[in-house]
Amino acid sequence: MVVQALKDQGVDVVFGYPGGAVLPIYDEIFQDQGIKHILVRHEQGAAHAAEGYARSTGKPGVVLVTSGPGATNAVTGITDALMDSIPMVVLSGQVPTFMIGSDAFQEADTVGITRPCTKHNWLVKDTDALAGTIHEAFHVATSGRPGPVLVDIPKDVQFASGTYVEPREAPQGHYNPRVKGDIEMITEMVAAMETAERPIFYTGGGVINSGNVASQLLREFVEATGFPITSTLMGLGAYPASGKHWLGMLGMHGLYEANMAMHGCDLMINVGARFDDRITGRIADFSPHSAKAHIDIDPSSINKVIHVDYPIIGDVGHVLEDALRIWKARGRKVNKEGLAKWWAQIEEWQAINCLTFKNSDQIIKPQHALQRLEALTKGHDRYICTEVGQHQMWAAQFLGFEDPHRWMTSGGLGTMGYGLPASIGVQVAHPESLVINVAGDASFLMNLQELGTASQYDLPVKQFIMNNERLGMVRQWQELLHGERYSHSWSEALPDFVKLAEAFGGKGIQVSDPADLDDAIMEMIRYDGPVIMDCLVEKHENCFPMIPSGEPHNSMLLGDASTQDAIGTTGAVLV
Amino acid sequence: MSALKIKKGSSKHSAYDLRNPNAEIIETHTLAVVVDNEAGVLARVIGLFSGRGYNIESLTVAEVDHTGHRSRITIVTTGTPQVIEQIKAQLGRMVPVHRVQDLTVEGPSVERELALFKVSATGEKRLEALRLADIFRANVVDSTLESFVFSVAGATEKIEAFADLMRPLGLIETARTGVAALTRGPE
Ligand SMILES: Cc1ncc(C[n+]2csc(CCOP(=O)(O)OP(=O)(O)O)c2C)c(N)n1
Repeated sequence: MVVQALKDQGVDVVFGYPGGAVLPIYDEIFQDQGIKHILVRHEQGAAHAAEGYARSTGKPGVVLVTSGPGATNAVTGITDALMDSIPMVVLSGQVPTFMIGSDAFQEADTVGITRPCTKHNWLVKDTDALAGTIHEAFHVATSGRPGPVLVDIPKDVQFASGTYVEPREAPQGHYNPRVKGDIEMITEMVAAMETAERPIFYTGGGVINSGNVASQLLREFVEATGFPITSTLMGLGAYPASGKHWLGMLGMHGLYEANMAMHGCDLMINVGARFDDRITGRIADFSPHSAKAHIDIDPSSINKVIHVDYPIIGDVGHVLEDALRIWKARGRKVNKEGLAKWWAQIEEWQAINCLTFKNSDQIIKPQHALQRLEALTKGHDRYICTEVGQHQMWAAQFLGFEDPHRWMTSGGLGTMGYGLPASIGVQVAHPESLVINVAGDASFLMNLQELGTASQYDLPVKQFIMNNERLGMVRQWQELLHGERYSHSWSEALPDFVKLAEAFGGKGIQVSDPADLDDAIMEMIRYDGPVIMDCLVEKHENCFPMIPSGEPHNSMLLGDASTQDAIGTTGAVLV
Repeated sequence: MSALKIKKGSSKHSAYDLRNPNAEIIETHTLAVVVDNEAGVLARVIGLFSGRGYNIESLTVAEVDHTGHRSRITIVTTGTPQVIEQIKAQLGRMVPVHRVQDLTVEGPSVERELALFKVSATGEKRLEALRLADIFRANVVDSTLESFVFSVAGATEKIEAFADLMRPLGLIETARTGVAALTRGPE
């Protein structure tokens, strides 16, 4: 029945790991070849792989785990999906209903544990309700602001027979978030756009979640108005990096021009972003002279952090469609004079070239490694995942994304160990594409067991490890905030990554000389199978620009700036 | 603005000051939340409050529509206007929540609470307790030669006032239902 429900929901692949409490479902999977099951090596890997699948396809990722440790192992991945609004359906086994509450073997209060980290969850106690609940779970995961849901299924409920209902016969819950924005408010926003002297689009993951139409509309709007556009980490690719109005990513490690433009704008149009603290810096000084519009499908995102003047609750795609139509009908007006001055100012900021770094012919600079990776993979049908740390920020700065769904990174939760399993999920969804995980040495070790999964299913994922033998981002903070006391922030006893790759049946490449870098990257791309590229980079490079925690946008640190004492004592308590 | 401003020294504000309780006036609001009466729904609502650091002054819950399996949760909460708005939005987006009503702003409304007070007293104090109970229209629902259990219904302030008066007379135990509230008028 479970497999039937999944098939009727259009599921073609499940990431899972068996155990006592889900054996009946695994038995169904064995007998019904309609669904592909990817056996991961750890349940956290299953959840991240499902995220990678979901993020790269726009379809919900499906996870199947057993009770107790199976479910608790998945919790980090579920929380990650919640923070980044990734649609995911987790099915977990549970001890039989008559044993719930008895501290039975491998019993955990899964619904209780996952209540705060799912959008919603259910414990199904009656087989007749099983199919309907699974259908509702898919509905909740994918509608409104997407997110993870969990259905906990006791073993006796899996065994018993009950009546199956198809998706369209399933009882419709009342959950139906509104997608159309308020037309009057949209019109007010459009009117503000017509006169603004220094407007900016500030876009986020909501554009990507809304679907490809939303990205298309955004592009059309940006081109037609000539407004500059920046994006959060989660929104990269909604507007192409090669687009002429693109300012690059904003935020703590965002580009100088993007942050300065956010600080100096007079109209900010937030499209599907949430004024996260990595973006705003010091709240009191956040973009002090701007009127702000905020388009978001989640009412609780509006006015949560920043007070806005034009709150528009609705799906980004629907709202942009209405806004564009209204703007056209009113005569396609913009403040040409103001915009010309604004762009002149922005070009001054761009001329600072905030991503400049000192290259070397002795040692590979991480920024250089990414520039070469970008240059050598640009034309490819390419998907990029990352782990978490400096390498992640450099990847966001130095790689260009032309389309949505091409960039998978753990933004809200910042989960080290995300990238490798996520790359597996992406490769499962796109078997012919080039899937690269830009990793740090420390993050990579957090879920390296998934190399076994890559090997088993012939998934040619490329693990591009920027090995600085440091917990680089931690080291950077200790340098800037903790008097260069490097407490436990280096990677000792690292494995030989080449041998590690070989041990798992893949290929290992190590490179340390900048002169060999291109060849090594080409070798990685050309190899038909999983590769670990151990790219030995400068150990003490810092990631700039950086807005220290608790500082406003215009107090950015650039690479060549003196960074000592830059972060105040109040800032130091922030993360 | 184009000058490169690299700031040194300490900063006074941060995102973490957002919920600074002294930043704005703290208001008390009574919210009525209609939910599906399904397993765990109360834990969900309470978890939202504890997880996000909101206050609960009073909370009552009971199924009010048996055929539709709907429960009504009445929550009295405090916070700055911004926090109150957040609480409503956060409640509103929960899957089992049908409706969130802010009775404090949608008012006028009536708010009632029921409380039971056990008072142990003899002699003059016992008589005084009875007299006061009469003034507050409290009912005696249990009595022994040295104790009473009073039942009082009314607005929270009335209950508080009655408790204050009973304390010196020998109040030994209190049970309160928390606030139930409805808007006034036909709607
Ligand atoms: C699971 C988890 N634990 C701890 C952290 C805190 N943290 C953030 S970045 C980082 C260092 C990452 O080091 P590495 O993967 O080598 O990347 P680098 O910064 O050197 O590029 C740590 C420990 C985290 N984000 N996630």
